[in-house]
Amino acid sequence: MNKKTWISLIGLVCLGLAMLTGCSKKEEAQPTAAAPEAAAPAAPAATPIDPATAASVSGTVKLDGAAPKPAKIDMSQDAACKGANTAETIVADGGNLANVFVYVKDGLGTRTFDVPTTAVTIDQQGCKYHPHVLGVMTGQNIDIKNDDQTTHNIHPTPASNREWNESQPPNAAPIVKNFAREEIMLPVKCNQHPWMRMYINVVKSPFYAVTGPDGKYEIKGLPPGTYTIAFVQEKLGEQTQQVTLAAKDSKTVDQSFKQQ
Amino acid sequence: MLSEGQAKSACPSEKSVYIHAKEPPLKALATPYNQAHHRFAVFTAGVTFCLLIAGALVTSNDAGLSVPDWPTSFGSIYKIPHMVGGVRFEHTHRMVAEFVGLLTIVLAVWTWRVEKRRWMKALAVGALGTVVAQGVLGGLTVLFYLPPPISSAHAALAQTFFCIAVAIAVFTGRRWVEEVPQVELDSRRPSLITLSLLSIFVLYVQLILGAMFRHHGMSWWPHVMNAPVVALVLTWTAVRALAVYSKIEAVRRPAILLLGLLITQLCLGFVAFLTRVAWGREAVQPELPMVMSTVAHVAVGALLLATAVVLAIQVWRHVPVSFGERVPEGEGSPVAA
Repeated sequence: MNKKTWISLIGLVCLGLAMLTGCSKKEEAQPTAAAPEAAAPAAPAATPIDPATAASVSGTVKLDGAAPKPAKIDMSQDAACKGANTAETIVADGGNLANVFVYVKDGLGTRTFDVPTTAVTIDQQGCKYHPHVLGVMTGQNIDIKNDDQTTHNIHPTPASNREWNESQPPNAAPIVKNFAREEIMLPVKCNQHPWMRMYINVVKSPFYAVTGPDGKYEIKGLPPGTYTIAFVQEKLGEQTQQVTLAAKDSKTVDQSFKQQ
Repeated sequence: MLSEGQAKSACPSEKSVYIHAKEPPLKALATPYNQAHHRFAVFTAGVTFCLLIAGALVTSNDAGLSVPDWPTSFGSIYKIPHMVGGVRFEHTHRMVAEFVGLLTIVLAVWTWRVEKRRWMKALAVGALGTVVAQGVLGGLTVLFYLPPPISSAHAALAQTFFCIAVAIAVFTGRRWVEEVPQVELDSRRPSLITLSLLSIFVLYVQLILGAMFRHHGMSWWPHVMNAPVVALVLTWTAVRALAVYSKIEAVRRPAILLLGLLITQLCLGFVAFLTRVAWGREAVQPELPMVMSTVAHVAVGALLLATAVVLAIQVWRHVPVSFGERVPEGEGSPVAA
């Protein structure tokens, strides 16, 4: 190459570097807390429920057959991850199935409900999400915290809500989000730690629960009526049962899933 | 690619005929061999291959969105973030991509300055345009959360750019520039150049099907079902090249390589299917065997496509179809100018 070519090349590289420097932003300037999504348009006033007639439904969700051995998670790619290294795909202790989302799928008619003003919390701790399965009402705020000494990114992959993907460094302020539309088993993952996965269930009514380690759930405050109760597990799918509740009824509805 | 002198002596014949080019020389000889330029082109192609592997690692480790912003990385365009988890794959891919972009700019300017072949200048500018488009596709796939069509286009264009870089390396090589090509007319049907182009086509279709599967836009079976078609066409092409034109080294070498890579690729595809589809369906995170087998499958696939392109280029140069077949009937037979 001749002298002119070299001068042109060096000039081009310098120009590129100058442009890159000019475009860069400070890493610290990255917002750590996002403004909540605009909630859905103002809903009509909630239909009142007479507490004197409110009924409840409770029960235990079981797993038929031997529980699969939990898959091991390899967290060695990030030294800051020191959590329990087993997957939570199916968590069953003594046949009791945890992390099943139970909700009233049908029977509430055109009733509307107030959105709770208190937020629910997702905590990232030990490079895992706590809880693994979450229930929330449409428009209700979710505070997402990072208690790990590493950066996570929170990436919901919804089917009917807006997708987003935000990073959250250690000690950052909580990210506050909500979802406008009903959606069951909405996956949330962290692309920095590919084993991190949880599910958010967005429903329009407050009548939902998530089974605990003992497989138990309870839904209170239901008005008398006939309802379809749905039980949803991330891998085993959905099962439903019908239940009719009279005033002040307290019925037990158990459910079992077969190991696939 | 026949010169005027060659055309005069290239009579249509049922049998293959060797022709040794004489005066006047090929137009290619007008450009002197530039060793530094050629080495730089080879280096660019080599780094591009590394970039392909880096990109495949991003996809196989499900790390495509570990850096959520673009063109910045965590708000900065030059700061290197903490390289843990998926970030080390995604940010490394971005850094290698920036380096390849820089190399391509230099290669395009250099080619424009030293080349006398106008089509080479066009190819260098085309390479620059391709790398820019590839960068934009990479950014779009991050900003739109990895939509399968954009991610697949990003994967396909990556290998297209690799083929262009390899082609530039071939065209700037000493053999291409200085060697008097050994020419043998091809009167068989389908011609070897047709088979070579068909090989590129089926490989490209296979590349798109594989990319769509990897990026969750399609099931695995179209990619697997097309594999025997690819194997058949490539074997036909390579066997024809070796059976009829093995005396031409420039054709023999890529043909042998094509067969070797094809066998390797079929084995890697089988292993990738086992580790990812059959055994890895329930995996809670990308596991080493599935990552290694799929990345190797992508890398050998890129080499296979580039080899098919090189074979087609060499066949175009050394085994042209006979002149009578290239001139439509009624337009006269070859005459001396």
